[in-house]
Amino acid sequence: MSQKKAMLIDVTLCVGCNACQGACKEENQLPPSDEKYLSLTAFTALSKYNDLYIRRMCQHCDVPTCVSVCPVGALTKMEAGPVAYDGEKCIGCRYCLQACPFHVPKYEWSSTQPRIQKCKFCASRLAQGRPPACAEACPTGATKFGDRDGLLAEAAGRISAEPTKFVPRIYGRDDVGGTSMLYISPVPFEQLGFDARLGKTPLPMLTMSALSKVPNVLSVGGVMLGGIWWITNRRSEVQAFEATEKKNRPSRHEDNP
Amino acid sequence: MSFPGLPRMTGWRPIATILILAGAVAATARFAFGLGATTNLSDAFPWGLWIGFDFLGIGLAASGFTIVAAVNLFHAKEYEPIVRPAILTAFIGYLLVVLVLIIDLGRPDHFWHPMVMWNPKSVMCEISWCLMLYTTVLSLEFAPIILEKFNIHAPIKWIHAISLPLMIFGVLLSTLHQSSFGSLYLIVPNRLHALWYTPLLPVLFFVSCIASGISMVILESLILSRGGRDYLPTPLRANLAKIIAVTLAVYTVVRLQDLLARGALRELTTLTYYSLAFYAELLIGFVIPFALLLVERIRTSRRGLYAASLMVVVGFAFNRMNTAITGLEQYPTQTYFPSLIEVFIMLGITAVGFSAFSFIVKHFPIFEGAAVAPGLHHTAVAAQANPGFLSPDGGDLEPS
Repeated sequence: MSQKKAMLIDVTLCVGCNACQGACKEENQLPPSDEKYLSLTAFTALSKYNDLYIRRMCQHCDVPTCVSVCPVGALTKMEAGPVAYDGEKCIGCRYCLQACPFHVPKYEWSSTQPRIQKCKFCASRLAQGRPPACAEACPTGATKFGDRDGLLAEAAGRISAEPTKFVPRIYGRDDVGGTSMLYISPVPFEQLGFDARLGKTPLPMLTMSALSKVPNVLSVGGVMLGGIWWITNRRSEVQAFEATEKKNRPSRHEDNP
Repeated sequence: MSFPGLPRMTGWRPIATILILAGAVAATARFAFGLGATTNLSDAFPWGLWIGFDFLGIGLAASGFTIVAAVNLFHAKEYEPIVRPAILTAFIGYLLVVLVLIIDLGRPDHFWHPMVMWNPKSVMCEISWCLMLYTTVLSLEFAPIILEKFNIHAPIKWIHAISLPLMIFGVLLSTLHQSSFGSLYLIVPNRLHALWYTPLLPVLFFVSCIASGISMVILESLILSRGGRDYLPTPLRANLAKIIAVTLAVYTVVRLQDLLARGALRELTTLTYYSLAFYAELLIGFVIPFALLLVERIRTSRRGLYAASLMVVVGFAFNRMNTAITGLEQYPTQTYFPSLIEVFIMLGITAVGFSAFSFIVKHFPIFEGAAVAPGLHHTAVAAQANPGFLSPDGGDLEPS
C-alpha cells in the first residue's frame, strides 16, 4: 500500500482568499505580504486567469528533475512525497533552477552564501502526521491533503460526477511521471499557464539515455583504443626491425665476401 | 632568453596586465557582494556567459586528447612536434575552466563536495568527475616537461610506466565530458529552442569539438610560426585541415538531418532572432570553412588556412553560446546580456591563460626539437635502437 501523500487542488473551489499563502508564510516564518509570484519569500502563490485562481508551488514530482540533476544530492525525494533540500550540501551550480520544468526553485542571489528556496511540502508536519499548513488553512477545501491514491480516486469521482463542470483530466497524475500536486479544472490546463508540452515521461529519462552509455564508452572504448595502440605499435616495431635487417645484411656480406 | 617561435604582439603585455587586474577587481567584487549584485544572472536565467566560456574553453582544449590519441595511440608520429603544445593548451584551458566554474558556483567554498557527495544520475556529477580526473591526467602528461627542465628523472619514469593506460583513460574521459556538456541540456526539452534541442546534443558536441580542437592547433602553429620557425610542415597542416573538413561535413549532415527528422527545419524558413543566430553559427563555423578547406590551394596556404580555422573557432563559439544562451532566451520578453563584471572576469581569466602559455613556452621546452611526449615514444625509440629483442634468439643480429 502506498503511503505517498499528495494534495488535490480543485480549481473550481478556489475563491482566491490567499489563506494558503498566509499560512505558508507563517509556517515558514516568511515576511507576511501578498505576493503574486513564487519568490524567496513566497513558496506558494495564486495566479489569476479570468475568474479562476491557480495555486503555484513545488509539484514534488514522483521522479523529480531537480533531484536527478543535482550533482551532490542536495535535493532528495522523501518516501512520503516531499522533495527536500539540504543547503549544507548545495554547491550552488543552479542546475535545478535550469532544469525544473515548473520553474520552482528560487535562488538567494543577493546572498554570499546562497541557497535555493521552495515549498517543502511541510515535511516536518507530515512527519508528525499533520497536514501541510496551506491545506489546513484552506477554508473552501480547494486544497485537500491525503494519500495520493485516495485523492486520485476522489478527483476521478468528482470529474465523473460532474462531467460538464470539469475537463476530463487530472493534471499531475502522469505529467512528467506524476506529481504530488494534483489539479482538476473547468478549463483546459493550457489556459491556466500550465506547460502543455511536458508529456508523461519523467524528464530524468532523457538524461539516462545518455548517461547509461557511459560504462559502454569506458569499456568498449578502452579495449578498442588499447587494441589500436597494440596494432599500430606492433607495426612500427616490425618496420623498425625490417629497417635494421636491411641495414645489417649488406654490411655482413661485405664483412664475409 | 629570446624564443624565435613567439608571436610578435606589441602592446600585449600592458593589455594583459590591465585585463588581469580588472578581472581580479571584478572577482573580488563577485566574492564580496555575491552573484546577484555583480551578474545579470537570475532565476529565469541561472546560467550565462561563464557557462558559455566553460563550453568554449573545454571545446578549444580538445586538441589535448585528439592529438595525443593521433600520435601516441594511432602512431601518427609525424605530428609529434605538436603534442606538447596541444597538451599545454589543454592543460591551461582546463585549469581556467575549473577556475571559472568555481567562481560561477554560488558556494565556491563547497567546490569539493562533488568529490565526496555523489549523484550518479546527474550529468553535472559526471562532468565534475571527468574534469577532475582529466585535469589530473593532463597534469601527469604535462609534468615531464617541467621535471625534465629541473633534471628530476625518477617521477618521469613512473609516469612513463603508466603512460599507455593514462593516455587511453584521458581520451575516454574527454570523449565522455565533451559530449556530456551537450547532455546537460537533454533535460530541458521544454526550454531550449528547437533549433538547438535534440537528443543528439552529446553526439554533436563531441563531433564539433574535434574540428574546433584541431583548428586551435592549426591557429597556434600559424601564429607561432610568425616568429620565423615553423614547427609544423605545411603538408602536415594541410592533412589536419582535411580532417577538419571531414568532421565539419559529418557534423553539418547530421545536424541538418536531425532538424529535418524533428520537423524543426521550418524554423529556418523565416528570419527570426533564433534562425539568424543559427545561420550565423552554421555558415561561419561549418559550411563556409568546409567549402574553403575543400580547395587544396587554401589548405596549403597559410592565410587561407588561418581564415578557415578562425571561422571554425568563431562558429564553434557561436554554437556553444547559442546553446547556452540564445536558445534559452524567450525573445523578446526574456533575454540575457552579461554584466560588465561577468565580462571582465572572463577576459581577465583569458588573459591569465595567454600569459601562462607564453611564459611556459618561453621557459620550458614546448616547441623544441624532437619533443618526447609523455608516452610510448620512449619504447618506440628503444625498439629502434635495440631491435634485437624482437627476434627470440637475437643471435641473428650482431651488436655494432
